[in-house]
Amino acid sequence: MGSRVMTQQRQPMPERPADERVRDFDEVPIGYTAEMAVAEAQRCLQCKRPMCVEGCPVKVKIPQFVELIAQGRFSEAARKIKQTNAFPAICGRVCPQEGQCELTCVLGRRGEPVAIGRLERFAADWERAHDEVEAPAHPAPTGHSIGVVGSGPGGLACAADLAMWGHDVTVYELFHAPGGVLRYGIPRFRLPRAVLNAELDYLSKLGVTIRTNFVVGRTATIDELLQEHDAIFVATGAGLPRFLGIPGENLLGVYSANEFLTRVNLMRADRFPEYDTPVHCGDNVIVVGAGNVAMDAARTARRLGAENVTVVYRRTRGEMPARVEEIEHAEQEDVRMHFLLSPIELRGDDDGWARVAVCRRMELGEPDETGRRRPVPVEGSEFELPCDTVIVAVGSRAHPLVPDTTPDLDVSRRGYVAIDDSGATSKPGVFAGGDIVTGSATVIEAMGAGRRAAESIHRSLTGQEPPNGNGG
Amino acid sequence: MNEIVSKEQIAPDTWRLVVRAPEIARRRKAGQFVVLRVHEKGERFPLTLVSSDPDAGTIELIFQAVGTSTKLLAALQPGEDILDLVGPLGRPTHIEHFGRCVVIGGGYGMAPVIPIAQALHDAGNELVGINGARSADHVILVDRMGAICQRVEVCTDDGSLGRQGFVTAVLQEMIEADERIDFVLAIGPTPMMRGVAELTRPNGINTVVSLNPIMVDGTGMCGGCRVEVAGETKFACVDGPEFDAHEVDFDMLMRRQRMYDGLESDATRMFKPHSTPLDAPAHEGCCCEEDRPDGK
Repeated sequence: MGSRVMTQQRQPMPERPADERVRDFDEVPIGYTAEMAVAEAQRCLQCKRPMCVEGCPVKVKIPQFVELIAQGRFSEAARKIKQTNAFPAICGRVCPQEGQCELTCVLGRRGEPVAIGRLERFAADWERAHDEVEAPAHPAPTGHSIGVVGSGPGGLACAADLAMWGHDVTVYELFHAPGGVLRYGIPRFRLPRAVLNAELDYLSKLGVTIRTNFVVGRTATIDELLQEHDAIFVATGAGLPRFLGIPGENLLGVYSANEFLTRVNLMRADRFPEYDTPVHCGDNVIVVGAGNVAMDAARTARRLGAENVTVVYRRTRGEMPARVEEIEHAEQEDVRMHFLLSPIELRGDDDGWARVAVCRRMELGEPDETGRRRPVPVEGSEFELPCDTVIVAVGSRAHPLVPDTTPDLDVSRRGYVAIDDSGATSKPGVFAGGDIVTGSATVIEAMGAGRRAAESIHRSLTGQEPPNGNGG
Repeated sequence: MNEIVSKEQIAPDTWRLVVRAPEIARRRKAGQFVVLRVHEKGERFPLTLVSSDPDAGTIELIFQAVGTSTKLLAALQPGEDILDLVGPLGRPTHIEHFGRCVVIGGGYGMAPVIPIAQALHDAGNELVGINGARSADHVILVDRMGAICQRVEVCTDDGSLGRQGFVTAVLQEMIEADERIDFVLAIGPTPMMRGVAELTRPNGINTVVSLNPIMVDGTGMCGGCRVEVAGETKFACVDGPEFDAHEVDFDMLMRRQRMYDGLESDATRMFKPHSTPLDAPAHEGCCCEEDRPDGK
């Protein structure tokens, strides 16, 4: 191991300028060069007890892959990551590293942590760009068959592990294309579709079958799938939109973030009329909410040509759930943030189109059950904001189809599936994980849940530990 | 996958397809629908499942080819596949022994009436059918209604077949003649369904309509199909598509159905010069029966 230059600054991520990128849907960060990646990787202290791994929901072998990058062995680094995470090009882009591996990196105590996410992305992109993605070895078949319900991050991660361990895996997806929220929710400028498709291609090289246009609960029930499979993993997510419940919410021009993003991301409304699916996006767009989905919707609206995009949030900047990078990118792209503001009514014109959002100012009161200070309305503070398009991004609900059609599946009061520590549900042979268990969370948390369920499924079917252990 | 087994034109611009879809055929119940996509750049759109044959593994679709997607669907030939087909979606119709039921189809709305009427018939209900259309050549499915109804009243706007007038006039006569009516089902253009709702409201006759707002996913994930029923927001795809006619906000439904009127995709324009019938403005902002693929 060579000597390390301890004082070196964290390598910044090269990005396309804001005024250029709001005119297209191409990716915003350009990615490290090989030189930048090596320099950044050399900042790593190679801790004996790496805290970064503790912060990773899927326990990626971070010091090992970073060291391989430092030595210029880039594709080997990608393969090292893939031992525990089949989708490094996705995770390197969409994980909230600042709250996970980079939060626990010891360098972060005195300065900036190693840019683990950027290095993960670099290794995966290098491997793909240099055509060095190896078809994984096919292990001896175990003879066990597993059905995975939902092809979002949780389902994909579970399917990848089970396939690597020799099981026969079929993933069921209701849309016509796989990926779940990675396809319908996360915009191209954050996750290019070539990246997503390449990672899905890797999954099929692992031997996983994906059945699209298959709605579990409608096309077949869990009980019917159990006749074909030895175990089922339910990862149907929290895909149902929440609305505000205020007057005027069904006016024309009012979208759930889910619908707005699905029209653009899955159906390509950004390329209407070449594609048949349209979307309405006026000049004055109000986005309600402050999570990653709200930032995605706001930035998408800018790219569709909206002049004035305003994010309205009832708390303050400090409580915004979005990743720091998403907030920064949105502000660079002239998305305005209005804090301590809550819409109480939408008013329309004679043709039924939303034109005005009546908003009320809020102030922060006592902490609520989440520990955040509760926003309290300021009486008499109402005023009007003009709007043509309103996008509601205030969270989502459990997808009810599987619970509704599986009578012996225990669910919580809010419709989320109940599991034990192993990921098993109340129904024998059925496991669950991701947003359908926890409510809305992150891509990597769903992947972590998928991997833990894969281990439990492997143990329950074979009575043995998974070949790679827990990957730690 | 999704191979077209047979194809038949049953009225001007109106087609009947039998499609191989064993999984959908096996589970289909009255009132459910499928979502389709017919080309790689195409939209997702819903069509009612008219019938299914679980043994043959086939489903039956009837639709009017007026929009871009339905014209592309109608251009497919037996032996070709429908690109994407997913279902069965939506809540199955609540069927019980009501007694004497009036089942009303307006224009191409007759097609989605068929499976529900059949289920009502199978549950031992006595049925009277009202089958209305613009003119004689647009009247469809009279034979199939005749097979399950005690009587079928046919009416046309121009009087070219059956009585002249709207379905609501026939229903009004039945109500005024004090005929026993325990349940009414009405599917067709939104103004027709609203007309039926207003007729049955004073007597409190149990009336159900099947709504066809714009949908994307069809499984509750987008909320584009939201309708107001009894003052509450419902998603037609998962809470419906059938609702109590007396509680539906039809004005809002009509506005939301027109949300994308006037927007033409390249595929739409491809059809424009030669094959759009003069009397069937597909994207001109009217809300007559031609607006929706299966007449709802």
